[in-house]
Amino acid sequence: MSTTAVSQLQLVSIGKRYSGTKALDNVSVEVAGGTVHALVGANGAGKSTLGKIIGGVTRPDDGQMFVDGRQVRYTSPHEARTDGIATISQELSPMPHMSVIENIFFGIEPRRAGLVQFRQMRRLYEDLTAQWGFSLNPYAKVGALRTADVQKVEILRAVATDARVIVMDEPTSSLTSVETSTLHRMIRALRERGTTIIYVSHFLDEVLDLADTVTVLRSGRLVRTAPSAEETEESLVAGMFGAAAAAEHFEKRQHSSAPVVLDVSGLSRKGVLNDISLRIRAGEIVGLAGLIGSGRTELARAISGADPIDSGTIAVDGAARRVRSPADAMAAGMAFLPESRKDDGLFLELSLAANTTFADLRSVASRLGVVRRATERAKTRELLDVTSVQPPNPSAKVVSLSGGNQQKVLFARWLLRNPRVLILDEPTRGVDVAARAAIHRLINKLAAEGTAVLLISSEIEEVLGLAHRVLVMRRGSITREFSADPPLDAVMEAAFGLGGRTIA
Amino acid sequence: MTAPTDPAASGSLAPDSVETVPEPGNQASGGAVTAGLVNTVPAASVGGVAIPGLRLRVTPQHIRDYGIIVFAAALFIYFTVASPTFLTSNNLLNIVYQNATIGIAACAVTFTIIAGNFDLSLGSIFALSEVLGAWAAVNWGVWWCFPVTIGSGAIMGLINGLLVTKLRVNAFLATLASGLSFGGIAVGVTHGGLLITPTSSVFTVIGQHKLVGIWDSAIIFIVLAVVLQLVLAYTVFGRHLYGVGDNRNAARLSGLKVDRTVITTFVITGAACGLAGLIDSSMTGSGTSSQEGLAGQLALLAIAGVALGGSSIFGGVGSVWRTVLGVLMLGMITNGFDLLAVSDYWQNIVRGILIILAVALSFVVDRRNP
Repeated sequence: MSTTAVSQLQLVSIGKRYSGTKALDNVSVEVAGGTVHALVGANGAGKSTLGKIIGGVTRPDDGQMFVDGRQVRYTSPHEARTDGIATISQELSPMPHMSVIENIFFGIEPRRAGLVQFRQMRRLYEDLTAQWGFSLNPYAKVGALRTADVQKVEILRAVATDARVIVMDEPTSSLTSVETSTLHRMIRALRERGTTIIYVSHFLDEVLDLADTVTVLRSGRLVRTAPSAEETEESLVAGMFGAAAAAEHFEKRQHSSAPVVLDVSGLSRKGVLNDISLRIRAGEIVGLAGLIGSGRTELARAISGADPIDSGTIAVDGAARRVRSPADAMAAGMAFLPESRKDDGLFLELSLAANTTFADLRSVASRLGVVRRATERAKTRELLDVTSVQPPNPSAKVVSLSGGNQQKVLFARWLLRNPRVLILDEPTRGVDVAARAAIHRLINKLAAEGTAVLLISSEIEEVLGLAHRVLVMRRGSITREFSADPPLDAVMEAAFGLGGRTIA
Repeated sequence: MTAPTDPAASGSLAPDSVETVPEPGNQASGGAVTAGLVNTVPAASVGGVAIPGLRLRVTPQHIRDYGIIVFAAALFIYFTVASPTFLTSNNLLNIVYQNATIGIAACAVTFTIIAGNFDLSLGSIFALSEVLGAWAAVNWGVWWCFPVTIGSGAIMGLINGLLVTKLRVNAFLATLASGLSFGGIAVGVTHGGLLITPTSSVFTVIGQHKLVGIWDSAIIFIVLAVVLQLVLAYTVFGRHLYGVGDNRNAARLSGLKVDRTVITTFVITGAACGLAGLIDSSMTGSGTSSQEGLAGQLALLAIAGVALGGSSIFGGVGSVWRTVLGVLMLGMITNGFDLLAVSDYWQNIVRGILIILAVALSFVVDRRNP
């Protein structure tokens, strides 16, 4: 990096933990003014977190941040904005019930004597849109706009507030290719005018095309920062995934003769899932790989009755099942471990026992519906032992456990029901190494006992380590299938849409 | 009191463990757990107050969980010392008797609140069911008032439940609006006046009779409270209420029919308000639609009792015995201050401050444990 120019942004030894796991660990990055600086990494590598820290959306636990050599500690996106740092992401949506023009000028309305000067605001708007070549109805409600247009509103707002740094978090993940190229033109024009762009993306071709500098992150750690001219897609993938992964590798069995347990056919949900068919045999672990937003979680939720489907059939053990709710799926013998244990899985304020037995309370209750405490505790202890929860105290509140043990409690809940099909969405997210290994062994053991397992994970190593067969999803469809132990790069390339290179 | 789901029972029982990582959001309870064993962590670091010489740490969580008991005891002692008539069995039983109707409504609405909802229509259900029961007693015969008050209350609760689950109207607004309508119907039925019920011992037994020296209504209140507490603490249904209130998504994904559970809480609350209405009309020998008396205040007093007891108004945490304590504490304030001849407005000021403290405390604790 140039030694003459002072870096506009300096991040020094940034660290961030989420429930005990390190999202970022000792990451230092310098960003030169007027450049496009890309942050890349696999899912969960910390690239979005880093972007959020720059934009004031998230506060780091450790480290310092300097803007133009001055140390800053943002506690909100608003504070970052006053320093000229704006964030554009799908999570930080604008005010949906206000119009385009109101959103753009919110808080910076031209005013006189406390009154908003609407005519002047309209003039400023015309200037802005003319300058950027946008044609948006200024009075349309933002909530009714398409994602691409909402992004335009956000960008116009950033420009109207004279933002010097714009953080874009996965800006193209829901754009068409035409919209993407429009966005790229805008980014280049912004750079011409001296605006700095922090570009968080997992689309490597875009990154190489746009960025001046690329920072590669892996598992919360900095791999390197280098001029993009020195990188290739292959070198970036290698940096993102490192040398052959350290995940424990299990022996894969062949299952061609085992009976089909789960048979999903023609499953569709408009705009989310396209004609998905898959079969899982008894004892088989089928891994589902794909990028965030490829439809993996949506598929799991559709099969398990959490989300509605438009068409398709689901059969368990050869019997067609009508799955309209999680209760239906459970009655069919399925169990679903959701992606976010805090939002969708656990009752944090309740005890381990209550959490373990919740999905099958009748099995530990009398016919009149009175919970038998002793039976419940005994059952809970037994299952906490199988899942190796530490400490195995049935009366402790779940919130007092570490992330890994919380996750094991969810496994215990489903084991109580002896499911035929186990659908696991990110079973080791935010879990420490020891718990991760324990959960992997547990999954393998359950499969060995004949359970059909659908395993979804952002960590490709986890999928490869466990799965007997790997399906790759991209944009709502299953695009590739691999038998046991496929080469990592082949799966990655399929997930990133390389190789086949189909562009939607 | 020893429900497994009670935060008190669980928080202090966690044994030592290397695995227990005190997460950022879990400072209050995590800190308390470890400190009980190690006792070397400086108090300031976990936001609690250490009492020197004791292996004990008082955290906001503890204050929310046990503050009510300490406070009720303090008030009790104060009134006992200040007024010679306070600590007599007659007076104490009077407090229970005077608060029986509020207590019945409050214990039932505890279910609704634990499951994460709210009910502001208590007073209107109370008034309308009372009026309908009196009407039935006059026109159909005195026995009819029993099924009509309780049944109409249950139906009104069902309407609330359907509004909240099927139409997805926010519970606060749904019950505010339905309460307005129920109250309006009550005024329409009575033409704004009273319906005098037949003076029959069948009817007055509930409100104007004593069994072993205790008013029947007080007995009904206490029995109902015990039953509801047992249901909450020991049954599958009770467990489901905590689950829905703690994490609605998780409850659904665990196969629970969440809507049905929520509707049931509203029906129970409605039926209980009907029962309260029955007691009230039995006491007075009439059915009234007036919002000037208890009906106008019932929802606020009952919910105040729940909040004061320390149940979380955000759901997931609480119990019926807390509500009983909260309601009796409000009643004790009225009674004690009356005995001491403290004027009404002072009583209201004290009640208001207490409720604000209770709710603010619950909010502070909940924010620390997102």
